Amino acid sequence: MLYDHILIRYGELSLKGKNRKKFIYQLHENVRTKLNHFPAVKIHNARDRMTIMLNGQEPTPIIEACQSIFGIQSLSLAIKVENDQEKIKAAALEALKDNQASSTFKITTRRADKSFPIGSQEFNHVVGSHLLRNTDNYKVDVHHPDVELHIDIRTQATYITSKKIKGAGGLPVGSAGKTLLLLSGGIDSPVAGYLMMRRGVKLEAVHFHSPPYTSEAAKQKVLDLTKHLTYYGNQIKVHIVPFTALQQKIHREIPHGYSMTVMRRMMLKISEKIAEKENILSLTTGESLGQVASQTMQSMHTINETTAYPILRPLVSMDKEAIIRISKDIHTYDISIRPHEDCCTVFVPKAPKTKPKLDKVKYFEGLMDMGDDIEQIMRNLETITLTQASNNNDFDALF
Amino acid sequence: MIYFDNSATTKPDSTVLQSFQQISQQYYGNPSSIHRFGLEAQTLLRKAHEQAADILDIDVNEVVFTSGGTEGNNIAIKGIALAHQNKGKHIITSQIEHPSVMEACKSLENIGFEVTYLPVNDKGIVDVHHVQQALREDTILVSIMHINNELGSIQPVKEIGELVKHRTTTYFHVDHVQGFGKVPLSLKKDGVDLCTISGHKIHGLKGTGLLYIRKGINIFPLFDGGAQQSNYRSGTENVAGIVSLVKAMRLINEKQKNNRNYLYQLNQLLRDLLQEISSVQFNTAKDQAPHIFNFSVPGYKPEVIIHALGERDIFISTKSACSSKKPDESTVLRAIGLSEERTKSGLRVSFSYQNTEEEIELFCRSLRKVIQQLSLVMG
Repeated sequence: MLYDHILIRYGELSLKGKNRKKFIYQLHENVRTKLNHFPAVKIHNARDRMTIMLNGQEPTPIIEACQSIFGIQSLSLAIKVENDQEKIKAAALEALKDNQASSTFKITTRRADKSFPIGSQEFNHVVGSHLLRNTDNYKVDVHHPDVELHIDIRTQATYITSKKIKGAGGLPVGSAGKTLLLLSGGIDSPVAGYLMMRRGVKLEAVHFHSPPYTSEAAKQKVLDLTKHLTYYGNQIKVHIVPFTALQQKIHREIPHGYSMTVMRRMMLKISEKIAEKENILSLTTGESLGQVASQTMQSMHTINETTAYPILRPLVSMDKEAIIRISKDIHTYDISIRPHEDCCTVFVPKAPKTKPKLDKVKYFEGLMDMGDDIEQIMRNLETITLTQASNNNDFDALF
Repeated sequence: MIYFDNSATTKPDSTVLQSFQQISQQYYGNPSSIHRFGLEAQTLLRKAHEQAADILDIDVNEVVFTSGGTEGNNIAIKGIALAHQNKGKHIITSQIEHPSVMEACKSLENIGFEVTYLPVNDKGIVDVHHVQQALREDTILVSIMHINNELGSIQPVKEIGELVKHRTTTYFHVDHVQGFGKVPLSLKKDGVDLCTISGHKIHGLKGTGLLYIRKGINIFPLFDGGAQQSNYRSGTENVAGIVSLVKAMRLINEKQKNNRNYLYQLNQLLRDLLQEISSVQFNTAKDQAPHIFNFSVPGYKPEVIIHALGERDIFISTKSACSSKKPDESTVLRAIGLSEERTKSGLRVSFSYQNTEEEIELFCRSLRKVIQQLSLVMG
């Protein structure tokens, strides 16, 4: 096999001065977990790049897996050779021949090891003429080459790469803390979770389950969505909130125009409790301004008032179309559109207030006998931990 | 026992049977029911779609589960014909297709369609130029099998796909029943629009099969009802059968990947040993599918040879099992231009990955003895 390793270039984390070490460590962990089922590969980090030694593994599936890891700017298949002119020339020739349907090339040498006897410019010519002599039909084109060969001469060794593959960008998941995502099962919330992970945030999720008004299928849908998100975030905990009793009480005791607002406030209250318990410092929702009654400016203000936790809304200014596009890209769309009721749709009043007044909401809430509803909910939480490797069911042996 | 009739049907794999049994007993819910039982069945069905799509490198929505090869071929051919007859009523197929293709085409002729049955050369292969010449403005369907069931001849699917790819109102159906798991076919790359696969030819169960229908192709459904399977085929899904099918597909696919040359080795050994029996004449040309081999012993009634081998616990067949009940000669052997003496004495050996070289040696020794015995009365 020609290529013996994959070169990973860090994303923005190169910029992050003091946190750098932590970021690299986190990225290393994430890459290691992702490549768990390729036991032969070995991962090494350096200050500004990471290398994955293939040890005979087929590179394509590994590159595909790495393309879902945040914090990677780009990847290249690479050959590592000694800092020896002849060896570099031979490897460059092989790398060039590996590119099919190409007829022009350009060589860019970087000489970090200044003890290497030939200057970068001159070495470009040396290798270039070697390639021209040993191939047919190739020409040099420094402006629009089909193949751009990079020769990177470092103190330890020389790396030769010919293709740059785009990485997922963003920051390594886990390097920017944790958030609790309110996951309904619709199109928006998984996208919100994905975008937070992209910024390096680790996810936990909370789902409000109201049997028999919502079905087992609705819960399974949320687990399936979470399973999909683990592709980017590896391990995600889902907290399933038994919401039926409280929801029935709200429905009974709060005037219908306000029941939705109060329900939303309760959801935030419960989420805050879970976040507190799990040492999480923020909540994330898939809200987008103006989509539905609860997502008007007034509603957000009134609903938000119930918690002191920051509520992150990565979709707040996005159009529905843009959100759908991302959900299709990350393959959550097909799950999200499965037709199951969630707790928000079952109890939704005919005409919810789009401008709920805070003082009225507080007044109605005050009349409601809350008792120890929330404590009881917290005692009966169901927590499920999903990882990339876990199965949502035990059906695998049947296949 | 030596079982060399794997193109008629195969022995179900025991783990495939286990899946079928376990699902039938534990997950018998209707996937359309909304309770937990239904949900389980639905999850199984979805996973089956994913696995089939993964194996065939197609989209999950392009998989329609059927009851087998005959149904798949009928849905494809009649479904396309009836849905697209406003664009044309001409169909192209070959003279060596399986009866489920041939008869479906004949039925369509009865209701006003026109069908061209292309000849094959002496190797049993359709000529791409004939396809090109036969294509007309009103041709809506080309249906050509991948591997012929009697001869094992390989049809130029890729080249025909190239021809049809650029025509917006002509669809290309491939009967892949004998080929799947033995001779690779790349549905997307080769321009195949519809493709039939059967479960019981790949160590799955009878009554299971799959039809690939490329995204966006409209089909007139043969079964109307509860609009299951995207309305291509109504009827409560046979979840146990479906899961057993995709398991059988996975298993044979792995065998194909890991023992790429195995069937070719068996084929070569068979040819070498049969070569030494003077009264045997080869009907299958060189370099065809590895698992089907057809030969004649002129002058000997094939049924008698089959029965004589049967007494020795060796099972091969005459022609294809599907048409074996008709007393006349093999239409496929006739189509490759063989004399009547040979078309009436054709025998078929068909392998699976479970067969061994020892079995082939024993079979050839037994055949030689049988012919010797029979030569006293027949020959």
